[in-house]
Amino acid sequence: MTAAFFGHFTYWASIFLLMAGLYIVIARGNLVKKLVGLGIFQTSVYMLYIAPGKLIGGTAPIVGEGFSVYSNPLPHVLILTAIVVGVATLALGLAIVVRIREAYGSVEEDDLLEADAKDD
Amino acid sequence: MRKDIVLRVVGKILIPFALVFALYVQFHGDFGPGGGFQAGVIIAAAIIFYGVIFGLAASRRAVPEALVESMVALGVLIYAGIGVAGLLLGGNYLDYFVLDHDPVHGQHRGIFWVEVGVAVTVSGVMLKVFYLFAGRGRDLEE
Amino acid sequence: MLSQHLPVLLVVVPLISAPLIVVGRSGFAGWILSVAVAASTALTATALFVRATVSGPISYAIGSWPPPWGIEYRIDAANALVALLVSAIALVVLPYARRSVSAEIGQDRQYLFYALLMLCLAGLLGISVTGDAFNLFVFLEISSLSTYVLIAMGRNRRALTAAYQYLVLGTTGATLYVIGIGLLYLATGTLNFADMASRLGAVTDTRPLAAGLAFVTAGVGLKFALFPLHAWLPNAYTYAPSAVSAFLAATATKVSVYVLMRLYFTVYGVDAVFRDLPLGPVLAALSVGAMFIASAAAIVQKDLKRLLAYSSIGQIGYITLGISLGSAPGLAAAMAHVVNHGITKGALFMLAGAMALRVGGTGFERLAGLGRTMPITAFAFVIGGLSLIGVPGTAGFASKWALVSAAMGAGHWWIAAAVLTSSLLALAYVWRFVECAYFQAPPADAPEVGEAPLDMTAPALVLTAAVVAAGLFASPVLDAATRAAAALMGHPR
Repeated sequence: MTAAFFGHFTYWASIFLLMAGLYIVIARGNLVKKLVGLGIFQTSVYMLYIAPGKLIGGTAPIVGEGFSVYSNPLPHVLILTAIVVGVATLALGLAIVVRIREAYGSVEEDDLLEADAKDD
Repeated sequence: MRKDIVLRVVGKILIPFALVFALYVQFHGDFGPGGGFQAGVIIAAAIIFYGVIFGLAASRRAVPEALVESMVALGVLIYAGIGVAGLLLGGNYLDYFVLDHDPVHGQHRGIFWVEVGVAVTVSGVMLKVFYLFAGRGRDLEE
Repeated sequence: MLSQHLPVLLVVVPLISAPLIVVGRSGFAGWILSVAVAASTALTATALFVRATVSGPISYAIGSWPPPWGIEYRIDAANALVALLVSAIALVVLPYARRSVSAEIGQDRQYLFYALLMLCLAGLLGISVTGDAFNLFVFLEISSLSTYVLIAMGRNRRALTAAYQYLVLGTTGATLYVIGIGLLYLATGTLNFADMASRLGAVTDTRPLAAGLAFVTAGVGLKFALFPLHAWLPNAYTYAPSAVSAFLAATATKVSVYVLMRLYFTVYGVDAVFRDLPLGPVLAALSVGAMFIASAAAIVQKDLKRLLAYSSIGQIGYITLGISLGSAPGLAAAMAHVVNHGITKGALFMLAGAMALRVGGTGFERLAGLGRTMPITAFAFVIGGLSLIGVPGTAGFASKWALVSAAMGAGHWWIAAAVLTSSLLALAYVWRFVECAYFQAPPADAPEVGEAPLDMTAPALVLTAAVVAAGLFASPVLDAATRAAAALMGHPR
């Protein structure tokens, strides 16, 4: 039981972050908080990729004498790309939130829905 | 914050060092942690630090808006340009080994310019985001 | 020499044009460059389509790193068809865009509009031609991020909330896709689609594969508005600028459906998805839900663009219904509907934009009496509506017929019944426009209007003519779709 937990600790952490991030996106009405939840959700993916990249007994992925097992560098490259995409998404989301604040006067989802319902 | 003497003096001393450190991180991406993205963020952070201490107008004088917007586009053009250069010199897109007299030097040259493109774009984007967000409240108040 | 690099030039030319437009800072120069780029990508896509159909799959190694270690662009009959659809739609929408963009977007931001549209085009084309799973994610996000900004440029302030909602849901979808690909990568050790397909059979523990399939389905499903993951689409299509609605409705969801097809049929294979897992019935149930519920929602809408958006969700249900059959004829019917629905919705949204330009909006109270004031536009809209219903002689009929025959061939008569019944719902919402335009008098305060300017009406009429042509001469599209299905289901190596 403990082996099942501690042996796969990074996966459990990844799942926890995934669920926490998605919960924040759904449950919080503040637009900025939703973006924070989205960021946490994306972070879980980074852990899911990088953790398996480290092979047991593997050294840094630079060719050296006497080493035969190297850790996998590819997940790091993939996650750098994913992090940059996440940063761009966050910046874009915050820019839209700034514009929403100027147009509606609020960044709470309930106020926005009320304002839109009044428009219709 | 422009009146606070500690911030002003420390800022004036540290910002040039930060920019030089960014160049160090940029060029040592081959051998250690670093590369274009990290260097671009440090450059942008240094200039944003200047803007936070001395005011948005001062940083807009130091790095004008038009320059920042063209930096964003220029970096992408440099990166894609290296790819097209590989095409024109006989290889596939983003081939580095055709860029110089032998493949190893070609790889060095290709990665160098690609990272320069990345750093230019990343610093441009970070600065543009800062100018847009910081400038917004001010323009509304006026 | 140039011709061997066409696969990469298809993506690189729009990609480079975007920063060039930003540096140029002129809306008009940006528009000229965009039209030129759209023309060149259309030519490139045609050349690639012809070559892929005649000589088989084209493989291009980026950076000369051989696959599966490097990123490979692999063009076969399936993605050549999708790339051709995307570039053809871009070529038709861009001349239309100039006037509608001048009317809807401020002068100082028009160059940014064209730069973003070029980025979106590059992203969509990149998704179509790439053979690497993570490269697909990168292009997916390029196209999605530029889409969010394009939607936010709409005039109404609700465009901003629509863009935000699409951003949150779209990013969740892309991240779920990455999780699925991550599980696939951990199981097979490769990111290349063709290589993954050949290694998947050897994997012993199939639970991560099933989980990966679930994540990918949910992620890509969010991107193409699979019912019930469709919540972002009505707002996004309604409040976006007209040219953006037309371009997105015709291309964005179709490219994401192609991604699903590629993963289901090429990477996983029909057996793993439809025989070992119950995805056929699940997808069929969701498709029927889309067809009925979304089409019913379309009937009660008060705004024409919103009606078309709900109609899109319903029509995508037909495409996924074809996929759920899990057979070559079903997949061919789905591919045919991808093309036919793309050109139909592109035409309809462009006509709606022309109406918006003249009468100031797309609410039904403004569109009353349009049959008299804008006869050509209204009639072309009715033709597009007939294609949505599936009346013989229009593109929609050809693909619905293919879908019904594929369903009957597999013995699922209830699917055929569902398709026919939901077409009645489509008749109801198309009738709403006909009644409004032809049987109501124009509002009392209506300005004197005529047809929209020629540079807006002509591209819309070209697509409407294509809808009729694809209905009367259905075999080119159906043959291309059948070849695409064979390419998707065949073993690539």
